[in-house]
Amino acid sequence: MSNIIVDARGLLCPMPVIRVQDCVSTLDAGELVEAVCSDPGALNDIPAWCRINGHRVVRTQEKDDEYIVVLEVGEL
Amino acid sequence: MTIPKAKAVALISGGLDSLLAAHVAIEQGVHVEGINFFTGFCVEGHTHAIRKQDRSKPKRNNALWVAEQLGIKLHIIDIIEEYKAVVFNPRYGYGANLNPCLDCKIFMVRKAHEWCLKQGFDFIVTGEVIGQRPMSQRKDTMPVVSRQSGAEDRLLRPLCAKNLPPTLPEREGWVDREKLYDFSGRSRKPQMALAARFGFKDYAQPAGGCCFLTDAQYSSKLADLWRSRGEKRYELDDIMLLKVGRHFRPKPGFKVIVAREEGEGKFLQGYRKQFLSLSTTSHPGPLALIDGEVEPADIELAARLISRYSKGRNEEKVEVEVRQPDGSSHQLRVQPLAPSDIPEAWHL
Ligand code: SF4
Repeated sequence: MSNIIVDARGLLCPMPVIRVQDCVSTLDAGELVEAVCSDPGALNDIPAWCRINGHRVVRTQEKDDEYIVVLEVGEL
Repeated sequence: MTIPKAKAVALISGGLDSLLAAHVAIEQGVHVEGINFFTGFCVEGHTHAIRKQDRSKPKRNNALWVAEQLGIKLHIIDIIEEYKAVVFNPRYGYGANLNPCLDCKIFMVRKAHEWCLKQGFDFIVTGEVIGQRPMSQRKDTMPVVSRQSGAEDRLLRPLCAKNLPPTLPEREGWVDREKLYDFSGRSRKPQMALAARFGFKDYAQPAGGCCFLTDAQYSSKLADLWRSRGEKRYELDDIMLLKVGRHFRPKPGFKVIVAREEGEGKFLQGYRKQFLSLSTTSHPGPLALIDGEVEPADIELAARLISRYSKGRNEEKVEVEVRQPDGSSHQLRVQPLAPSDIPEAWHL
């Protein structure tokens, strides 16, 4: 199963979180979402959002000024 | 049989008052979820992200942090488009700057009320305190917010409820009025004492308010934008750019935005496909964007202006690359402006 990509490059927090939230609300538990961001704040905010809303961060990655968060949708 | 818990949505700004108000409701056994509205003007997060010198500090989003402390869900809602009407035409006017606080409160409570109706929630919790803010949190404006938002007596302010008539959650026994508070006035001491009692530390205490519209300098840049356009109009990019860099307007319809440091330069780089951009090539220096319809003489002036902020400021000539939004570019060799050549009136 390939990850669903949320392209949040060029957006400042909290817009990347909002994009991820809106995407996740259409998905089922277990699906994987990969958020690609240019605001380093996303590396804090998306995992924080996941923790409080019951989703699991699979990995975070930082490369060439891009910040990637992969998460698994939890039971809503 | 267990009685189902009453459900409330709490307006979470990220500040102390909304944290306390939500906690009071949770303590009374109410199921609370948080809601946070993103207007585009919020102070949250991004200025830290943009400015390099702040990068070492934690870049947390305070609304998310508060929700995590409370152990509740948080719904962040993008209201950028709808909020424009509030900023353009506030029925109750502006505060000290372009902050339409009372209309803003009404709007947010109305949106929260609509959310409640859709999600089957019973009432709304806010951290408002009578007398705390001169415009939106006064004894006479509290009923205005309840009424105009449509929430009526489904709006509970746990921090000052005892100074107000009982609301539906109190009358229904969803919360115990006796365990609510009677704070009033501008003092922050009661909130700080309550925070200590609940064991909250390290909370955010924004000085002026929750958004950039309370900031005098920001408001004057926004007013300038509207003046130059001949109408009140903005897009998200416009109001983001007002948070970044030094802004100069040498003449109507011609504005230069100069990055103050590398982080801002990187941020402005993202706009090079939308604006004419300038950067010094012979010496390290800032990136700048030009906003408006400009003539060659204006571009040269902008080049001299940014040279003044480059390492070549004391040189005879500095080379500047002028880049079109389509990526094509040409070079200019200019003399940096002296500080005395930059009229005070250009600064926004
Ligand atoms: S400070 Fe800004 S966000 Fe807060 S009530 Fe006033 S206008 Fe609204």
